[in-house]
Amino acid sequence: MTAALGKDLVGLERLSPDQIRLILDTAEPFKEVSERPIKKVPALRGKTIVNLFFEASTRTRISFEFAEKRLSADTVNVAASGSAVQKGETLVDTARNLEAMRIDMVVIRHPSSGAAEFLGNRIRSNVVSAGDGKHEHPTQALLDLLTIRDKHGKIAGLRVCLVGDVLHSRVARSNIWGLSKLGAEVGVCGPDTLMPRGIEDLGVCRFRRIEEAIEWADVLNVLRLQLERMEMGFIPSVREYYRVFGVTLERLEKASRPLTIMHPGPMNRGVEIDSRVADGPHSVILDQVTNGVAVRMAVLYLLAGGRPELADAAKRGGTE
Amino acid sequence: MSRPDRTIILDARALSRALQRMAVEVLELAHGTDRLVLIGIQRRGVELADRIARLIEKDAAVVPRGALDITLYRDDLETVGPKPVIGETRIPGDLAGKHVVIVDDVLYTGRTVRAALDELADFGRPERISLCVLVDRGGRELPIQPDIVGTKVKVSDGERVDVLVEELDGRDEVDLVRTR
Repeated sequence: MTAALGKDLVGLERLSPDQIRLILDTAEPFKEVSERPIKKVPALRGKTIVNLFFEASTRTRISFEFAEKRLSADTVNVAASGSAVQKGETLVDTARNLEAMRIDMVVIRHPSSGAAEFLGNRIRSNVVSAGDGKHEHPTQALLDLLTIRDKHGKIAGLRVCLVGDVLHSRVARSNIWGLSKLGAEVGVCGPDTLMPRGIEDLGVCRFRRIEEAIEWADVLNVLRLQLERMEMGFIPSVREYYRVFGVTLERLEKASRPLTIMHPGPMNRGVEIDSRVADGPHSVILDQVTNGVAVRMAVLYLLAGGRPELADAAKRGGTE
Repeated sequence: MSRPDRTIILDARALSRALQRMAVEVLELAHGTDRLVLIGIQRRGVELADRIARLIEKDAAVVPRGALDITLYRDDLETVGPKPVIGETRIPGDLAGKHVVIVDDVLYTGRTVRAALDELADFGRPERISLCVLVDRGGRELPIQPDIVGTKVKVSDGERVDVLVEELDGRDEVDLVRTR
């Protein structure tokens, strides 16, 4: 009960293990809300949330929007294209103008690392990061953690390997923070060109061969290979990448035990992951998507409201 | 056992007798178990609903039971400091045509019951909803009255009612606690 989240959620780096557990535990009952005949609870009735997306996103934006609507919040979507941003308005000006219309929360996705925190420090509304640059994508990592916990019943002591483009991946960074805070062992595997220098300093094991990673891990979180990386010379070709680092059925069958397979989407079938693996019995990729809504509901619920001056006034006797 | 700031209202035997009587009254009120559904309010209401259901099941058919966490339907979410941990909500099947008996430990302002009624409405349209509480401590802020009451307690300012159940607290007891 003491692990409140504060005003914003911009990353997992600064959250305590207790705060992360609070979010995961709160997400648990929200899963059931999405199974109800009326998939809606009035918890955020009257709150206005703006989804401010400066980068294209389908899954994350829709997931946030479902989470908001299932909590009865009123939502507005603002995309960078077609907005005042294109006319040269700064991020803070955009947000201040929205605040002038009396909003309560901003969910922001932005191509610049640190944009969510920058904004959170300048406006009164709660700010939730939906991914900023190469920094963090906290709700994705939280849904990954929830999915791992569902599948294995625990996180501590598990070996989770992130496979692929760790260098450009905010999902990887948030996962490394979250997993290590909850006591998992974290591995990374991918081409040297797509590994940040000094990654071992974060306390992760570095695997140069996918076969070694598979032998070591309980869970593989296969990252999306952005195809433009090839044009930028990070990898020789997509076919070459699949041959060397692709998570294929043949490779997984050689492991001594079945591995849980995750992917944050959108998948490039036949590039980073074999279709037979993505659709196989140990894939929890669609569970991740389901859990995404519950985790985002939990985050929004925990951040919203909570005006301490009113809390004191409300504390008048009764266990009711 | 009882410290000066904690007075026992019901000990384990009295609580057991109260539940026994409440179970009989539930059966009478619902005219048997055909349409009866017991829904406990998290957390101690769930345990009490379970006890009442088991008492009824001793000489009648199985009683469907569920659990309701009303946190997300509270009218004071703005004012609760640290957000309460949300418990499980589990509704057994379709409520249409059923006689739902809501079970809770303490009835005070009535706001919890108001929230429970709103939440149940989102799960269907029971034919009837009744309210069964172990302790009615008065102090209503809404026009809500119980149908079945275990015991009534007069509670003064600076006092609180604590319901303890074996499953969660290690013993069955209802206490009047002086808080200042």
